[in-house]
Amino acid sequence: MSKRVALEASFAVAEAARMADVDVTAAYPITPQTHIPERLAEMVADGELDAAYIPVESEHSAMSACLGAAAVGARTFTATAGQGLELMHEVVYVASSMRYPIVMAVCNRALSAPLSVWGDHSDAMAVRDTGWIQVFCQNNQEAFDLTLWAFRVGEDPKVLFPVMVHLDGFTLSHVTEPVILPEQSEVDRFLPKFQYLFALNPDKPMTHGAFGPPEIYSEAKIAQEVAFRKSKEIILQGWNEFGNIFGRHYFPVEQYRTAGAKTLLLTMGSSTETAKIVIDERRDKGEAIGLISLRLWRPFPFEEFRQIVKGAETLIVLDRCISSGMGGPVFSEVRSALYNEVPKPKVVNIIGGLGGRDISENDFEYVIDRSREIAKQGSEKMLETVGVRGKMIGIRG
Amino acid sequence: MLEVRWHGRGGLGAVTSAELVARAAIGEGKYAQSFPSFGPERRGAPVLAFLRINNEFIRLRTNIYAPDIVVVLDPGLLHAVDVTLGLKEEGKIVINSRKTPAELKSEFDFKWPVAAVNATKIAKEAIGLAITNTAMIGAFLRVSEVVKMDFLVEQLKERFGKRAEANIEAMKRAYHETTLKE
Repeated sequence: MSKRVALEASFAVAEAARMADVDVTAAYPITPQTHIPERLAEMVADGELDAAYIPVESEHSAMSACLGAAAVGARTFTATAGQGLELMHEVVYVASSMRYPIVMAVCNRALSAPLSVWGDHSDAMAVRDTGWIQVFCQNNQEAFDLTLWAFRVGEDPKVLFPVMVHLDGFTLSHVTEPVILPEQSEVDRFLPKFQYLFALNPDKPMTHGAFGPPEIYSEAKIAQEVAFRKSKEIILQGWNEFGNIFGRHYFPVEQYRTAGAKTLLLTMGSSTETAKIVIDERRDKGEAIGLISLRLWRPFPFEEFRQIVKGAETLIVLDRCISSGMGGPVFSEVRSALYNEVPKPKVVNIIGGLGGRDISENDFEYVIDRSREIAKQGSEKMLETVGVRGKMIGIRG
Repeated sequence: MLEVRWHGRGGLGAVTSAELVARAAIGEGKYAQSFPSFGPERRGAPVLAFLRINNEFIRLRTNIYAPDIVVVLDPGLLHAVDVTLGLKEEGKIVINSRKTPAELKSEFDFKWPVAAVNATKIAKEAIGLAITNTAMIGAFLRVSEVVKMDFLVEQLKERFGKRAEANIEAMKRAYHETTLKE
Protein backbone atom coordinates (compact mmCIF):
# COMPACT_ATOMS: atom_id res chain seq x y z
CA MET A 1 0.00 0.00 0.00
CA SER A 2 1.21 3.44 -0.83
CA LYS A 3 1.24 5.93 2.04
CA ARG A 4 0.49 9.63 2.27
CA VAL A 5 3.13 11.51 4.22
CA ALA A 6 4.25 15.08 4.88
CA LEU A 7 7.49 15.60 3.02
CA GLU A 8 9.67 18.50 1.98
CA ALA A 9 10.35 18.41 -1.78
CA SER A 10 14.09 17.97 -1.17
CA PHE A 11 13.42 14.95 1.01
CA ALA A 12 10.96 13.61 -1.56
CA VAL A 13 13.74 13.72 -4.16
CA ALA A 14 16.15 11.98 -1.77
CA GLU A 15 13.47 9.38 -1.01
CA ALA A 16 13.01 8.72 -4.73
CA ALA A 17 16.77 8.20 -5.09
CA ARG A 18 16.68 5.83 -2.10
CA MET A 19 13.76 3.84 -3.47
CA ALA A 20 15.57 3.71 -6.81
CA ASP A 21 18.42 2.10 -4.82
CA VAL A 22 21.12 4.36 -6.28
CA ASP A 23 24.66 3.02 -6.10
CA VAL A 24 26.58 6.28 -6.06
CA THR A 25 25.86 9.86 -5.07
CA ALA A 26 28.51 12.55 -5.43
CA ALA A 27 27.33 16.03 -4.53
CA TYR A 28 28.46 19.34 -3.14
CA PRO A 29 26.04 21.29 -0.95
CA ILE A 30 24.67 24.60 -2.19
CA THR A 31 21.55 26.55 -1.19
CA PRO A 32 18.73 25.69 -1.91
CA GLN A 33 19.74 22.13 -2.85
CA THR A 34 21.48 21.35 0.47
CA HIS A 35 18.74 19.22 2.02
CA ILE A 36 18.96 16.66 -0.79
CA PRO A 37 22.61 15.61 -0.31
CA GLU A 38 22.26 16.02 3.49
CA ARG A 39 19.41 13.55 3.55
CA LEU A 40 21.19 11.12 1.21
CA ALA A 41 24.34 11.29 3.34
CA GLU A 42 22.20 10.53 6.39
CA MET A 43 20.53 7.58 4.66
CA VAL A 44 23.91 6.11 3.71
CA ALA A 45 25.34 6.69 7.22
CA ASP A 46 22.27 5.12 8.85
CA GLY A 47 22.32 2.10 6.54
CA GLU A 48 18.97 2.95 4.94
CA LEU A 49 20.66 3.16 1.56
CA ASP A 50 23.46 0.91 0.40
CA ALA A 51 25.37 3.39 -1.71
CA ALA A 52 28.69 5.19 -1.94
CA TYR A 53 28.31 8.82 -0.91
CA ILE A 54 31.26 10.78 -2.28
CA PRO A 55 31.68 14.14 -0.51
CA VAL A 56 33.54 16.02 -3.23
CA GLU A 57 35.16 19.46 -3.01
CA SER A 58 33.13 21.19 -5.75
CA GLU A 59 30.30 20.71 -8.23
CA HIS A 60 32.86 20.26 -11.00
CA SER A 61 34.18 17.28 -9.08
CA ALA A 62 30.68 16.10 -8.24
CA MET A 63 29.76 15.64 -11.88
CA SER A 64 33.22 14.25 -12.70
CA ALA A 65 32.81 11.61 -9.98
CA CYS A 66 29.34 10.83 -11.34
CA LEU A 67 30.87 10.22 -14.79
CA GLY A 68 33.25 7.68 -13.32
CA ALA A 69 30.50 5.94 -11.40
CA ALA A 70 28.17 5.77 -14.38
CA ALA A 71 31.02 4.46 -16.57
CA VAL A 72 31.20 1.26 -14.53
CA GLY A 73 27.43 0.84 -14.62
CA ALA A 74 26.50 2.30 -11.22
CA ARG A 75 23.09 3.93 -10.83
CA THR A 76 24.22 7.50 -10.18
CA PHE A 77 22.50 10.53 -8.68
CA THR A 78 23.47 14.08 -7.88
CA ALA A 79 21.84 17.42 -7.19
CA THR A 80 22.84 21.04 -7.46
CA ALA A 81 21.54 24.59 -7.99
CA GLY A 82 22.42 27.96 -9.49
CA GLN A 83 26.12 28.74 -9.25
CA GLY A 84 26.83 25.08 -8.57
CA LEU A 85 25.36 24.08 -11.91
CA GLU A 86 27.42 26.81 -13.56
CA LEU A 87 30.65 25.60 -11.97
CA MET A 88 29.75 22.09 -13.16
CA HIS A 89 28.90 23.31 -16.64
CA GLU A 90 31.65 21.82 -18.83
CA VAL A 91 31.22 18.38 -17.26
CA VAL A 92 27.45 18.54 -17.77
CA TYR A 93 28.08 18.32 -21.52
CA VAL A 94 30.44 15.39 -21.06
CA ALA A 95 27.76 13.33 -19.28
CA SER A 96 25.35 13.52 -22.20
CA SER A 97 27.97 13.13 -24.93
CA MET A 98 29.33 10.03 -23.23
CA ARG A 99 25.76 8.76 -22.85
CA TYR A 100 25.90 8.30 -19.07
CA PRO A 101 22.36 8.16 -17.64
CA ILE A 102 23.08 10.19 -14.51
CA VAL A 103 20.04 11.69 -12.79
CA MET A 104 20.43 15.19 -11.40
CA ALA A 105 17.91 17.26 -9.44
CA VAL A 106 18.32 21.01 -9.87
CA CYS A 107 16.72 23.28 -7.25
CA ASN A 108 16.40 26.20 -9.63
CA ARG A 109 18.19 29.32 -8.44
CA ALA A 110 19.05 32.72 -9.89
CA LEU A 111 22.59 33.47 -11.02
CA SER A 112 24.85 36.13 -9.50
CA ALA A 113 25.24 39.10 -9.47
CA PRO A 114 23.66 40.49 -7.37
CA LEU A 115 24.20 37.44 -5.19
CA SER A 116 20.89 35.61 -4.90
CA VAL A 117 20.15 32.24 -3.36
CA TRP A 118 16.51 32.51 -4.42
CA GLY A 119 14.65 30.93 -7.28
CA ASP A 120 14.30 31.58 -10.97
CA HIS A 121 15.08 29.63 -14.13
CA SER A 122 18.40 31.21 -15.12
CA ASP A 123 20.39 28.13 -14.13
CA ALA A 124 18.09 25.81 -16.10
CA MET A 125 18.23 27.95 -19.22
CA ALA A 126 22.04 28.13 -19.06
CA VAL A 127 22.20 24.34 -19.48
CA ARG A 128 19.49 24.23 -22.13
CA ASP A 129 21.86 22.99 -24.83
CA THR A 130 23.83 20.44 -22.84
CA GLY A 131 22.06 17.38 -24.26
CA TRP A 132 20.29 16.29 -21.08
CA ILE A 133 16.65 15.26 -21.02
CA GLN A 134 15.02 17.97 -18.90
CA VAL A 135 11.69 18.15 -17.08
CA PHE A 136 10.06 20.68 -14.73
CA CYS A 137 8.09 19.93 -11.53
CA GLN A 138 5.11 21.87 -10.18
CA ASN A 139 4.81 20.32 -6.71
CA ASN A 140 6.46 17.91 -4.27
CA GLN A 141 4.67 14.84 -5.59
CA GLU A 142 6.04 15.54 -9.04
CA ALA A 143 9.54 16.01 -7.61
CA PHE A 144 9.31 12.46 -6.25
CA ASP A 145 7.63 10.97 -9.31
CA LEU A 146 9.85 12.55 -11.93
CA THR A 147 13.06 11.65 -10.09
CA LEU A 148 11.99 8.02 -10.08
CA TRP A 149 10.91 8.21 -13.70
CA ALA A 150 14.22 9.84 -14.69
CA PHE A 151 16.21 6.70 -13.84
CA ARG A 152 13.92 4.51 -15.86
CA VAL A 153 14.05 6.69 -18.98
CA GLY A 154 17.73 7.65 -18.85
CA GLU A 155 18.92 4.08 -18.31
CA ASP A 156 16.80 2.56 -21.07
CA PRO A 157 19.27 1.00 -23.56
CA LYS A 158 17.51 2.92 -26.35
CA VAL A 159 18.12 6.21 -24.52
CA LEU A 160 21.29 6.29 -22.38
CA PHE A 161 21.10 10.02 -21.71
CA PRO A 162 21.34 11.85 -18.41
CA VAL A 163 18.16 13.42 -17.04
CA MET A 164 17.75 16.72 -15.19
CA VAL A 165 14.75 17.18 -12.90
CA HIS A 166 14.09 20.88 -12.27
CA LEU A 167 12.27 21.96 -9.12
CA ASP A 168 11.99 25.57 -8.01
CA GLY A 169 14.45 26.50 -5.30
CA PHE A 170 12.75 27.27 -1.94
CA THR A 171 9.27 27.56 -3.50
CA LEU A 172 9.36 23.78 -3.82
CA SER A 173 12.67 22.58 -2.35
CA HIS A 174 11.89 23.88 1.15
CA VAL A 175 8.11 23.38 1.22
CA THR A 176 6.58 20.55 3.25
CA GLU A 177 3.29 19.20 1.87
CA PRO A 178 1.60 15.83 1.36
CA VAL A 179 3.34 13.30 -0.88
CA ILE A 180 2.15 9.81 -1.72
CA LEU A 181 5.00 7.33 -1.44
CA PRO A 182 4.62 4.01 -3.24
CA GLU A 183 5.51 0.54 -2.02
CA GLN A 184 9.05 -0.60 -2.78
CA SER A 185 7.58 -3.51 -4.79
CA GLU A 186 5.77 -1.05 -7.07
CA VAL A 187 8.99 0.92 -7.56
CA ASP A 188 10.85 -2.30 -8.38
CA ARG A 189 8.18 -3.18 -10.93
CA PHE A 190 8.56 0.22 -12.59
CA LEU A 191 12.32 0.50 -12.40
CA PRO A 192 14.40 -2.52 -13.43
CA LYS A 193 18.03 -2.90 -12.32
CA PHE A 194 20.45 -0.79 -14.33
CA GLN A 195 22.25 -3.05 -16.75
CA TYR A 196 24.76 -1.00 -18.63
CA LEU A 197 25.96 -2.73 -21.80
CA PHE A 198 29.15 -0.71 -22.02
CA ALA A 199 30.31 -0.77 -18.38
CA LEU A 200 34.05 -0.41 -17.94
CA ASN A 201 35.50 -3.70 -16.81
CA PRO A 202 39.20 -4.56 -16.38
CA ASP A 203 38.55 -8.06 -17.77
CA LYS A 204 37.17 -6.65 -21.01
CA PRO A 205 39.05 -3.41 -21.59
CA MET A 206 37.45 -0.72 -23.75
CA THR A 207 37.79 3.01 -24.19
CA HIS A 208 35.19 5.61 -23.19
CA GLY A 209 35.48 9.22 -24.28
CA ALA A 210 38.16 8.93 -26.91
CA PHE A 211 39.64 11.86 -28.77
CA GLY A 212 37.30 13.19 -31.52
CA PRO A 213 39.31 14.69 -34.36
CA PRO A 214 37.53 16.44 -37.26
CA GLU A 215 37.29 13.09 -39.10
CA ILE A 216 34.76 11.77 -36.57
CA TYR A 217 33.47 14.61 -34.32
CA SER A 218 30.60 15.59 -36.67
CA GLU A 219 29.36 12.01 -36.96
CA ALA A 220 29.58 11.56 -33.20
CA LYS A 221 27.54 14.72 -32.55
CA ILE A 222 24.90 14.01 -35.17
CA ALA A 223 24.54 10.41 -33.99
CA GLN A 224 24.06 11.78 -30.48
CA GLU A 225 21.40 14.21 -31.73
CA VAL A 226 19.51 11.51 -33.64
CA ALA A 227 19.48 9.31 -30.53
CA PHE A 228 18.43 12.24 -28.34
CA ARG A 229 15.43 13.03 -30.51
CA LYS A 230 14.45 9.36 -30.56
CA SER A 231 14.51 9.28 -26.77
CA LYS A 232 11.11 10.97 -26.80
CA GLU A 233 9.45 7.65 -27.60
CA ILE A 234 10.85 6.12 -24.40
CA ILE A 235 10.05 9.28 -22.44
CA LEU A 236 6.39 8.86 -23.39
CA GLN A 237 6.47 5.11 -22.73
CA GLY A 238 8.00 5.79 -19.32
CA TRP A 239 5.19 8.18 -18.39
CA ASN A 240 2.61 5.77 -19.74
CA GLU A 241 3.98 2.95 -17.63
CA PHE A 242 4.28 5.28 -14.62
CA GLY A 243 0.60 6.15 -14.99
CA ASN A 244 -0.34 2.47 -15.21
CA ILE A 245 1.50 1.56 -12.02
CA PHE A 246 1.10 4.66 -9.86
CA GLY A 247 -2.04 6.26 -11.30
CA ARG A 248 -0.49 9.68 -11.88
CA HIS A 249 -0.20 10.75 -15.48
CA TYR A 250 2.38 13.02 -17.05
CA PHE A 251 2.53 14.62 -20.49
CA PRO A 252 5.18 16.56 -22.43
CA VAL A 253 2.88 19.61 -22.45
CA GLU A 254 0.52 19.78 -19.49
CA GLN A 255 -2.86 21.38 -20.12
CA TYR A 256 -5.32 23.01 -17.76
CA ARG A 257 -8.78 24.05 -18.99
CA THR A 258 -7.53 24.52 -22.55
CA ALA A 259 -10.65 23.29 -24.38
CA GLY A 260 -11.77 26.05 -26.74
CA ALA A 261 -9.34 28.57 -25.22
CA LYS A 262 -8.64 31.69 -27.30
CA THR A 263 -5.98 32.84 -24.86
CA LEU A 264 -3.35 30.48 -23.49
CA LEU A 265 -0.92 31.23 -20.70
CA LEU A 266 2.35 29.30 -20.66
CA THR A 267 4.27 28.87 -17.41
CA MET A 268 6.93 26.46 -16.18
CA GLY A 269 7.55 25.07 -12.72
CA SER A 270 5.73 25.73 -9.47
CA SER A 271 4.09 29.06 -10.40
CA THR A 272 1.90 27.04 -12.78
CA GLU A 273 -0.20 26.03 -9.78
CA THR A 274 -0.78 29.62 -8.64
CA ALA A 275 -1.73 30.45 -12.24
CA LYS A 276 -4.39 27.71 -12.17
CA ILE A 277 -6.28 29.62 -9.46
CA VAL A 278 -6.52 32.66 -11.76
CA ILE A 279 -7.47 30.53 -14.77
CA ASP A 280 -10.30 28.97 -12.72
CA GLU A 281 -11.68 32.36 -11.73
CA ARG A 282 -11.64 33.63 -15.31
CA ARG A 283 -13.00 30.42 -16.82
CA ASP A 284 -15.84 30.44 -14.33
CA LYS A 285 -16.67 33.98 -15.48
CA GLY A 286 -16.86 32.66 -19.05
CA GLU A 287 -13.49 33.75 -20.43
CA ALA A 288 -12.04 31.41 -23.07
CA ILE A 289 -8.69 31.08 -21.34
CA GLY A 290 -6.48 28.12 -20.51
CA LEU A 291 -3.06 27.24 -19.17
CA ILE A 292 -0.25 25.15 -20.57
CA SER A 293 3.04 24.17 -19.03
CA LEU A 294 6.08 22.62 -20.63
CA ARG A 295 6.73 19.51 -18.56
CA LEU A 296 9.30 18.30 -21.06
CA TRP A 297 11.81 21.02 -21.93
CA ARG A 298 14.34 18.83 -23.73
CA PRO A 299 13.86 17.25 -26.17
CA PHE A 300 11.42 20.04 -27.05
CA PRO A 301 7.93 18.58 -27.60
CA PHE A 302 7.22 20.21 -30.97
CA GLU A 303 4.25 18.09 -32.09
CA GLU A 304 2.32 18.19 -28.83
CA PHE A 305 2.98 21.88 -28.38
CA ARG A 306 1.85 22.86 -31.90
CA GLN A 307 -1.23 20.69 -31.64
CA ILE A 308 -2.31 22.22 -28.33
CA VAL A 309 -1.80 25.90 -29.22
CA LYS A 310 -3.18 25.58 -32.77
CA GLY A 311 -6.62 27.04 -32.05
CA ALA A 312 -5.52 29.90 -29.77
CA GLU A 313 -5.39 33.56 -30.79
CA THR A 314 -2.96 34.71 -28.11
CA LEU A 315 -0.22 32.77 -26.37
CA ILE A 316 1.31 34.45 -23.31
CA VAL A 317 4.74 33.20 -22.29
CA LEU A 318 5.94 34.00 -18.78
CA ASP A 319 9.73 33.67 -18.54
CA ARG A 320 11.62 33.53 -15.24
CA CYS A 321 14.92 34.27 -16.95
CA ILE A 322 16.37 36.82 -19.37
CA SER A 323 18.57 35.98 -22.31
CA SER A 324 20.39 39.31 -22.44
CA GLY A 325 19.77 41.30 -25.58
CA MET A 326 17.16 38.77 -26.66
CA GLY A 327 14.31 38.37 -24.13
CA GLY A 328 12.77 35.31 -22.55
CA PRO A 329 14.41 32.05 -23.62
CA VAL A 330 11.18 30.04 -23.44
CA PHE A 331 9.43 32.71 -25.50
CA SER A 332 12.15 32.59 -28.19
CA GLU A 333 11.82 28.84 -28.54
CA VAL A 334 8.06 28.78 -28.48
CA ARG A 335 7.77 31.51 -31.09
CA SER A 336 10.32 29.77 -33.27
CA ALA A 337 8.41 26.48 -32.95
CA LEU A 338 5.32 28.25 -34.36
CA TYR A 339 6.95 30.32 -37.10
CA ASN A 340 5.89 28.11 -40.04
CA GLU A 341 2.48 27.20 -38.65
CA VAL A 342 -0.75 28.44 -40.23
CA PRO A 343 -2.79 29.60 -38.41
CA LYS A 344 -0.76 30.50 -35.32
CA PRO A 345 -1.40 32.59 -32.21
CA LYS A 346 0.24 35.92 -31.50
CA VAL A 347 2.94 35.25 -28.95
CA VAL A 348 3.50 37.74 -26.13
CA ASN A 349 6.41 37.64 -23.69
CA ILE A 350 6.39 38.81 -20.08
CA ILE A 351 9.38 38.45 -17.80
CA GLY A 352 8.99 38.13 -14.03
CA GLY A 353 9.67 36.07 -10.94
CA LEU A 354 13.40 36.75 -11.05
CA GLY A 355 15.62 35.99 -8.05
CA GLY A 356 12.82 34.67 -5.85
CA ARG A 357 10.27 37.43 -6.52
CA ASP A 358 6.85 35.89 -5.92
CA ILE A 359 4.42 35.71 -8.82
CA SER A 360 1.09 36.32 -7.09
CA GLU A 361 -2.47 35.83 -8.31
CA ASN A 362 -2.62 39.60 -8.91
CA ASP A 363 0.54 39.37 -10.98
CA PHE A 364 -1.08 36.73 -13.16
CA GLU A 365 -4.16 38.95 -13.57
CA TYR A 366 -1.85 41.72 -14.79
CA VAL A 367 0.08 39.33 -17.08
CA ILE A 368 -3.13 38.22 -18.79
CA ASP A 369 -4.72 41.67 -19.16
CA ARG A 370 -1.53 43.36 -20.28
CA SER A 371 -0.72 40.60 -22.78
CA ARG A 372 -4.13 40.94 -24.41
CA GLU A 373 -3.51 44.67 -24.87
CA ILE A 374 -0.11 43.93 -26.39
CA ALA A 375 -1.61 41.31 -28.69
CA LYS A 376 -4.05 43.94 -29.97
CA GLN A 377 -1.90 47.07 -30.06
CA GLY A 378 1.69 45.92 -29.80
CA SER A 379 4.13 47.21 -27.19
CA GLU A 380 6.35 50.25 -27.20
CA LYS A 381 8.27 49.05 -24.19
CA MET A 382 11.76 47.66 -24.39
CA LEU A 383 10.86 44.93 -21.93
CA GLU A 384 7.44 43.76 -20.76
CA THR A 385 7.69 42.71 -17.13
CA VAL A 386 5.52 41.82 -14.17
CA GLY A 387 6.18 42.74 -10.54
CA VAL A 388 9.13 44.98 -11.38
CA ARG A 389 9.32 48.57 -10.07
CA GLY A 390 10.02 50.22 -13.41
CA LYS A 391 10.01 53.77 -12.07
CA MET A 392 12.75 52.88 -9.61
CA ILE A 393 15.16 52.08 -12.45
CA GLY A 394 13.94 54.72 -14.87
CA ILE A 395 12.05 52.51 -17.33
CA ARG A 396 8.38 52.20 -18.05
CA GLY A 397 7.70 49.07 -15.98
CA MET B 1 -7.93 28.02 3.83
CA LEU B 2 -6.15 29.05 7.02
CA GLU B 3 -2.92 31.03 6.63
CA VAL B 4 -0.56 31.49 9.57
CA ARG B 5 2.64 33.50 9.83
CA TRP B 6 5.09 32.60 12.58
CA HIS B 7 7.49 35.26 13.84
CA GLY B 8 10.57 33.94 15.59
CA ARG B 9 14.28 34.45 15.93
CA GLY B 10 16.81 32.15 14.29
CA GLY B 11 17.16 29.23 16.73
CA LEU B 12 13.77 29.54 18.45
CA GLY B 13 12.20 26.91 16.21
CA ALA B 14 9.57 28.92 14.33
CA VAL B 15 10.21 26.89 11.18
CA THR B 16 9.81 23.67 13.17
CA SER B 17 6.53 24.95 14.68
CA ALA B 18 5.01 25.58 11.27
CA GLU B 19 6.26 22.26 9.99
CA LEU B 20 4.98 20.23 12.94
CA VAL B 21 1.50 21.73 12.67
CA ALA B 22 1.52 21.07 8.91
CA ARG B 23 2.59 17.47 9.49
CA ALA B 24 -0.15 17.00 12.07
CA ALA B 25 -2.75 18.44 9.68
CA ILE B 26 -1.56 16.15 6.90
CA GLY B 27 -1.64 13.27 9.39
CA GLU B 28 -5.29 14.12 9.98
CA GLY B 29 -5.94 13.81 6.25
CA LYS B 30 -6.00 17.53 5.51
CA TYR B 31 -3.78 19.42 3.09
CA ALA B 32 -1.06 21.71 4.37
CA GLN B 33 2.05 23.58 3.32
CA SER B 34 4.80 24.82 5.60
CA PHE B 35 7.90 26.70 4.58
CA PRO B 36 10.48 29.06 6.02
CA SER B 37 11.09 32.62 4.95
CA PHE B 38 13.72 31.96 2.39
CA GLY B 39 17.21 33.23 2.85
CA PRO B 40 20.49 33.18 4.73
CA GLU B 41 18.93 33.36 8.21
CA ARG B 42 21.10 34.00 11.24
CA ARG B 43 20.79 32.87 14.85
CA GLY B 44 18.92 35.49 16.86
CA ALA B 45 17.77 37.53 13.86
CA PRO B 46 14.03 37.92 13.17
CA VAL B 47 12.77 35.07 10.95
CA LEU B 48 9.44 34.06 9.49
CA ALA B 49 7.80 30.73 8.86
CA PHE B 50 4.57 30.13 6.98
CA LEU B 51 1.76 27.60 7.30
CA ARG B 52 -1.30 26.93 5.16
CA ILE B 53 -4.00 24.42 6.05
CA ASN B 54 -6.88 23.54 3.77
CA ASN B 55 -9.39 20.78 3.07
CA GLU B 56 -8.28 20.63 -0.56
CA PHE B 57 -4.95 20.51 -2.36
CA ILE B 58 -3.19 23.89 -2.01
CA ARG B 59 -2.11 25.43 -5.29
CA LEU B 60 -1.02 28.84 -4.05
CA ARG B 61 2.78 29.00 -4.14
CA THR B 62 3.70 32.39 -2.76
CA ASN B 63 4.58 33.78 0.64
CA ILE B 64 1.65 34.55 2.93
CA TYR B 65 0.77 38.24 2.66
CA ALA B 66 -2.61 38.35 4.43
CA PRO B 67 -2.45 35.87 7.33
CA ASP B 68 -5.45 34.79 9.40
CA ILE B 69 -3.27 34.33 12.46
CA VAL B 70 0.19 35.55 13.43
CA VAL B 71 2.16 33.76 16.14
CA VAL B 72 4.98 35.62 17.90
CA LEU B 73 7.57 33.41 19.60
CA ASP B 74 9.61 36.18 21.19
CA PRO B 75 8.09 39.30 22.84
CA GLY B 76 11.05 41.46 21.78
CA LEU B 77 9.93 41.09 18.17
CA LEU B 78 6.93 43.33 18.89
CA HIS B 79 9.41 46.22 19.06
CA ALA B 80 11.51 45.06 16.08
CA VAL B 81 9.01 44.17 13.34
CA ASP B 82 5.40 44.91 12.45
CA VAL B 83 3.92 41.52 13.26
CA THR B 84 0.47 42.66 12.10
CA LEU B 85 1.57 43.48 8.53
CA GLY B 86 -1.21 42.33 6.20
CA LEU B 87 -3.13 40.62 9.03
CA LYS B 88 -6.77 40.12 7.98
CA GLU B 89 -9.50 42.27 9.59
CA GLU B 90 -10.85 39.19 11.34
CA GLY B 91 -7.32 37.98 12.18
CA LYS B 92 -5.82 37.05 15.55
CA ILE B 93 -2.46 37.59 17.25
CA VAL B 94 -0.87 34.95 19.49
CA ILE B 95 2.04 36.23 21.59
CA ASN B 96 4.58 34.79 23.95
CA SER B 97 4.63 37.37 26.73
CA ARG B 98 4.59 37.84 30.49
CA LYS B 99 1.96 40.50 29.94
CA THR B 100 -1.77 39.91 29.72
CA PRO B 101 -3.59 40.18 26.39
CA ALA B 102 -5.31 43.36 27.65
CA GLU B 103 -1.94 44.95 28.49
CA LEU B 104 -0.52 43.98 25.09
CA LYS B 105 -3.57 45.33 23.28
CA SER B 106 -3.32 48.71 24.91
CA GLU B 107 0.50 48.94 24.73
CA PHE B 108 0.62 48.19 20.98
CA ASP B 109 -2.84 49.48 20.09
CA PHE B 110 -3.78 46.18 18.46
CA LYS B 111 -7.29 46.22 16.93
CA TRP B 112 -7.29 42.41 16.63
CA PRO B 113 -8.01 39.86 19.39
CA VAL B 114 -4.81 38.99 21.24
CA ALA B 115 -3.97 35.68 22.92
CA ALA B 116 -0.98 35.52 25.23
CA VAL B 117 0.93 33.01 27.29
CA ASN B 118 4.27 33.10 29.12
CA ALA B 119 5.83 30.50 26.83
CA THR B 120 9.40 31.37 27.86
CA LYS B 121 8.64 30.50 31.48
CA ILE B 122 6.81 27.32 30.48
CA ALA B 123 9.63 26.24 28.14
CA LYS B 124 12.29 26.86 30.79
CA GLU B 125 10.38 24.86 33.37
CA ALA B 126 9.29 22.01 31.10
CA ILE B 127 12.27 21.67 28.75
CA GLY B 128 14.97 23.53 30.63
CA LEU B 129 15.58 25.85 27.66
CA ALA B 130 13.96 29.08 26.50
CA ILE B 131 13.01 27.46 23.19
CA THR B 132 9.39 28.46 22.85
CA ASN B 133 8.27 26.75 19.65
CA THR B 134 6.42 23.79 21.11
CA ALA B 135 4.77 25.91 23.80
CA MET B 136 3.59 28.34 21.15
CA ILE B 137 2.09 25.46 19.15
CA GLY B 138 -0.08 24.89 22.24
CA ALA B 139 -1.08 28.58 22.29
CA PHE B 140 -1.84 28.47 18.58
CA LEU B 141 -4.07 25.39 18.98
CA ARG B 142 -6.01 27.16 21.71
CA VAL B 143 -6.86 29.93 19.27
CA SER B 144 -7.47 27.99 16.06
CA GLU B 145 -8.26 24.35 16.90
CA VAL B 146 -7.64 23.59 13.21
CA VAL B 147 -5.68 20.48 14.18
CA LYS B 148 -6.35 18.08 17.04
CA MET B 149 -3.86 18.02 19.90
CA ASP B 150 -3.45 14.23 19.57
CA PHE B 151 -1.99 14.56 16.09
CA LEU B 152 0.50 17.12 17.36
CA VAL B 153 1.49 14.82 20.23
CA GLU B 154 2.26 12.16 17.65
CA GLN B 155 4.42 14.57 15.65
CA LEU B 156 6.32 15.76 18.73
CA LYS B 157 7.04 12.15 19.73
CA GLU B 158 8.44 11.46 16.28
CA ARG B 159 10.51 14.64 16.12
CA PHE B 160 11.94 14.98 19.61
CA GLY B 161 12.61 11.39 20.73
CA LYS B 162 13.91 11.51 24.29
CA ARG B 163 12.92 15.17 24.67
CA ALA B 164 9.39 14.54 23.42
CA GLU B 165 7.68 14.27 26.80
CA ALA B 166 9.06 17.64 27.97
CA ASN B 167 7.97 19.30 24.74
CA ILE B 168 4.52 17.73 24.91
CA GLU B 169 4.22 19.04 28.46
CA ALA B 170 5.22 22.54 27.29
CA MET B 171 2.64 22.41 24.49
CA LYS B 172 -0.18 21.22 26.76
CA ARG B 173 0.64 23.66 29.56
CA ALA B 174 0.72 26.57 27.14
CA TYR B 175 -2.59 25.43 25.65
CA HIS B 176 -4.24 25.58 29.07
CA GLU B 177 -2.54 28.78 30.24
CA THR B 178 -3.25 30.83 27.11
CA THR B 179 -5.71 33.67 27.70
CA LEU B 180 -7.54 35.71 25.08
CA LYS B 181 -8.81 39.28 24.90
CA GLU B 182 -11.23 40.02 22.07
